[in-house]
Amino acid sequence: MEPIIQADVQALINSYANEDVYLHLETTNGAYATHFDESFFSVGAYIRNAFLQYELGKIVGMGPYRVGLKLSIGWVYAEGLTHYEQDAKGRLLMAGLDPAGKLAVALQISKTPFE
Amino acid sequence: MTFEKERQVLVIFPHPDDEAFGVSGTIASHVNNGTPVTYACLTLGEMGRNLGNPPFATRESLPIIRRQELKDAASALGIQDLRMLGLRDKTIEFEDDEKLADLMYAMIQELNPSLIITFYPGYSVHPDHEATGRAVVRAVGRIPKDKRPKLHCVAFSNNCVEELGEADIRYNVKSVEKQKIAAIMAHRSQTQYMVAAWGDKLETQDPELLAWIHNERFWTYQWPEENQKV
Repeated sequence: MEPIIQADVQALINSYANEDVYLHLETTNGAYATHFDESFFSVGAYIRNAFLQYELGKIVGMGPYRVGLKLSIGWVYAEGLTHYEQDAKGRLLMAGLDPAGKLAVALQISKTPFE
Repeated sequence: MTFEKERQVLVIFPHPDDEAFGVSGTIASHVNNGTPVTYACLTLGEMGRNLGNPPFATRESLPIIRRQELKDAASALGIQDLRMLGLRDKTIEFEDDEKLADLMYAMIQELNPSLIITFYPGYSVHPDHEATGRAVVRAVGRIPKDKRPKLHCVAFSNNCVEELGEADIRYNVKSVEKQKIAAIMAHRSQTQYMVAAWGDKLETQDPELLAWIHNERFWTYQWPEENQKV
């Protein structure tokens, strides 16, 4: 993955619009956050292979970036995105890596199901 | 303590690298003792947060990388029978409890281990560790008490010593130090920062680091008095 180039990512997001896509969305602060700091309120959410279509997708911000996808009857968004790659399978992989390089958020779009 | 000669050891953990830090010296010692060791690893650590900095992995390529790292670590320890059970990181506790126990029970029936090593339920922090330990305990609990294999558990929650007392099984694994370090380093994607932070402490024989590497400890699972089927 490389640091996000906003125009590149916007073009990629556009390329999946109005098509059936599989979506991976994840946020995490790591399973050990509360072990190391008992006052830490640990949260995360995860969805893999949500099957949907979006009519409009945008990447916004100065970096870290926010990406929002407008669905016919709902929304998907993620914030804190820093890196991206279109992998060999043609999937758009976006991630937010913290200053230590640890993944904190991921938003991924694919025309085929994720394994 | 010295290692008892076992008939067969079965190690069950959810993530590649769970075996490396606190157990790999014990594994290597049993292997070197001529004991067959099976390591059943439930997931490929798909949800690992370390992707490298700058990143060399993605969420999608990480499991492929970690599968190879797991094989490399097993090879460093001389494990002949490495099993990847194909479950998914962070989802173990959401699986059907009985089916998960069935999976463990089937392995125990097949291998007839004299010693099983896993996580101590209630004292192992990560939800996958907890769920793995619970499933193993549930499976072993199906076996009549006098026929059960020994069950040695890893615990590291902040309250483990307070509630369980000091570990009753303690080994010094200095004699297999090189194998243990090789296993830790094999999990490159997850351990490279830790190893980098060691700096020259290995060469300078830093007492704190060596103590951490050399000492492995386990708690023998304490079956509840009343309901031994769990």
